[in-house]
Amino acid sequence: MKIMVAIKRVIDYAVKIRVKPDKSGVVTQNVKMSMNPFCEIALEEALRIRESGLASEVVAVTMGPSQCLDTLRTGLAMGADRGIHVDSTSALHPLHVAKILRNLVQIEKPSLIILGKQAIDDDCNQTGQMVAGLLNWPQGTFASKVSPSSNHPGFKNQAFAPTMWWGFPKDKSNMSQIGKKEYTHGTMKSLIGVVLDKEKEEVTVDREVDDGIETVQLKLPAVITTDLRLNQPRYATLPNIMKAKSKPIKKFTPQELNVEIKSDLEIVEVTEPPKRKAGVMVSSVDELIEKLKNEAKVI
Amino acid sequence: MVNRNCRATLRLLTLINRQGHPHPPLSSSPSGHISHSYLILPFSIAFVFLTVLCFYSGTGIDACWKQLQRNNVHGEHKIVSFFSPLASSLKTRQWGVKIQSRCYGSASVLVQRNPKFSKLNDEDVRYFEGILGAKNVIQDDEKLITANTDWMRKYKGSSKLLLQPRTTDQVSEILKYCNFRCLAVVPQGGNTGLVGGSVPVFDEVVVSLSAMSKIISFDKVSGILVCEAGCILENIISFLDSEGFIMPLDLGAKGSCQIGGNVSTNAGGLRLLRYGSLHGNVLGIEAVLADGTVLDMLKTLRKDNTGYDLKHLFIGSEGSLGIVTKVSILTPPKLSSVNVAFLACKDYSSCQKLLQEARRKLGEILSAFEFLDSNAMNLVLNHLEGARNPLPTSLHNFYVLIETTGSDESSDKQKLEAFLLGSMENELISDGALAQDINQASSFWLLREGIPEALMRAGAVYKYDLSIPVEKMYNLVEEMRSRLGNDANVVGYGHLGDGNLHLNVSTPQYDDKILSQIEPFVYEWTSKHHGSISAEHGLGLMKANKIFYSKSPETVKVMTSIKKLLDPNHILNPYKVLPCSSIS
Repeated sequence: MKIMVAIKRVIDYAVKIRVKPDKSGVVTQNVKMSMNPFCEIALEEALRIRESGLASEVVAVTMGPSQCLDTLRTGLAMGADRGIHVDSTSALHPLHVAKILRNLVQIEKPSLIILGKQAIDDDCNQTGQMVAGLLNWPQGTFASKVSPSSNHPGFKNQAFAPTMWWGFPKDKSNMSQIGKKEYTHGTMKSLIGVVLDKEKEEVTVDREVDDGIETVQLKLPAVITTDLRLNQPRYATLPNIMKAKSKPIKKFTPQELNVEIKSDLEIVEVTEPPKRKAGVMVSSVDELIEKLKNEAKVI
Repeated sequence: MVNRNCRATLRLLTLINRQGHPHPPLSSSPSGHISHSYLILPFSIAFVFLTVLCFYSGTGIDACWKQLQRNNVHGEHKIVSFFSPLASSLKTRQWGVKIQSRCYGSASVLVQRNPKFSKLNDEDVRYFEGILGAKNVIQDDEKLITANTDWMRKYKGSSKLLLQPRTTDQVSEILKYCNFRCLAVVPQGGNTGLVGGSVPVFDEVVVSLSAMSKIISFDKVSGILVCEAGCILENIISFLDSEGFIMPLDLGAKGSCQIGGNVSTNAGGLRLLRYGSLHGNVLGIEAVLADGTVLDMLKTLRKDNTGYDLKHLFIGSEGSLGIVTKVSILTPPKLSSVNVAFLACKDYSSCQKLLQEARRKLGEILSAFEFLDSNAMNLVLNHLEGARNPLPTSLHNFYVLIETTGSDESSDKQKLEAFLLGSMENELISDGALAQDINQASSFWLLREGIPEALMRAGAVYKYDLSIPVEKMYNLVEEMRSRLGNDANVVGYGHLGDGNLHLNVSTPQYDDKILSQIEPFVYEWTSKHHGSISAEHGLGLMKANKIFYSKSPETVKVMTSIKKLLDPNHILNPYKVLPCSSIS
């Protein structure tokens, strides 16, 4: 069974972002770039599934200019078996990425696609869902493995609500293929993250949603997007870096994959969020009331 | 000689402890105050015997004892002593002798309060309020406790007054007055020192520079920064970061330490390998001498060969020659490509060979080379939250952290990878991990920078900071392990690139028996191998009388005459740095 993981090269999470003076975008010159943290988590999950013997191969895919090869090499150093680089210098929006992935799927034929839930540069949170829609595959987004003792705001500690099972109405095409859905409040359910069942060709995913943890069971092939608390990505160790040098990287271009990169979106302006204003010290309650009345105009 | 003193005072301390009495003994010169001591007759005889023994040894420490006189302390606030914080006050008021005995650090020395220092009175407080304003004159107990206790909670002073000047002129007025009144002064910055140099020993006035935290100017072309001494290092680093520069020094304490203290201690840190010591990077200093004279040596010139370069006296003098109020420092530009690798070696000689190879193969991009042993690693993993082992598959004996800083991301990474893979083939390293983004790099650094904190959490710790030739460095750790056996956890880590070992002995509690096994063996061993007993921490109070292990008597004599010249009344940071035998 093959797993395909999409990874993106973004500005490093710890770098202080600065807006270009002409407000057309963000400064990317001489700025440290690295793999999107959610993509690292996605790759880690794929590697764990392969190490548990349920998958045979993990293929890492990246799209962008030639510098993206650094990120792809990192992915290979973490343990992916093969790499695919889709070379494109124009800006790629989620729909383009989804279309390219769909066409790659027809070539590679994986049973599972794992992506990060969103990229930290555009925060779109769209690619995974679009891929599932284009392929007509079930999706388990925001896969997470929150431990019972965490302070997740979604965990309401009332009495344990009975698990609710509902299947989808049969008249919705393909919905019955998707599987069952389970919904839990509270912390009493043991959490599994992503669990693959090879014989039944199903994958069970714990999704971290606002109300708590939702467990879905999906029939393969499926799309999974990973959230922050699913796992802790491994470091790239030297023996693996050495092995990565000999792993194959296949090159494609969007034209070869019959995808037209036509931008339907135009970024008009990028501005910094307004700077936080300094607080004002007041010396008495009367002064506070006076300021609230006259300056802030809230009373 | 010093040995005999240790044993003698240890016997004294056990005597006192056995009594269960918080009451410190009346120690006196043999010539005569004993007749007044009607309360401690039972063991005064034993004590006199011990003091005679001590005098026999004739080291500088004994001269202090001769100074002893009874001081009446009627009407004083409670005196904090190590034996019992509260109950002792009653007894000592009767006896009127103030002795501060430090059980923890170098417990073998009992320091006496120098009687020629005046006591603080209300008139002094009012005068200071006149100069600084009532807000900056602090007598509040809670704030005083923080100012009186050092970071390791080993040294506790009993100062009654904390001053926070805001300008150099105010510092000058304070010192002029203290010199005239003969009030002892302790300059204090971030109070992160590890040898008790930043806290008062008795009731010295604490002059805190924390309120002087302005960045005065920054020249973007040359990278020369001028700032006041109270600027916290981390704030300076973030300011420089936005300008595209970095500080040439970086230490684990950067969140609290101040640049004035760093300069006064000649702090080393993690980047000394690449950018050199503060002697090379500090271009100018403004300092205030003990009599209030302001020495303005604050130049921003890279080269200035006019006369004797006095600023070097103040760098590393630990506040004993003058209070540093402004610093001008040369900052290197921030280079974009930083790579950190965490490696495992099977023995110490491979760590050494790795250092040689790194110097050759990585050359100009090498910016840090640190090592830690397996005990240190285990401590950090057990006591620090968020610490993650990058090489969990097996246990290794030694870990090395290498950082490279350069301007070209891809070529640096290639160089580093080639070096690491080559070292792996030559079996210099058994395993390693390369950080792929800034978060991973910080987690590697956390493993090295978090060791002092982990040691604090593990219980009591005896800290030693030694400069030893690289080949012999780890032999000391192994010898300490065989000496202490199972009683203590001996941890070795440090700046291998600079030949600086941080030897730490971790025990559940402070125990004088263990201390006697460590000191003075550690100092003698280092001295025998021509090393330094304090590589970067300074002498402070902990090693104030140990300077002879690393410096010749003639050198110390010249140091003493310089101290006498710049601070004739010895009011600046007394009892520290130089042995008290040489002072007055």
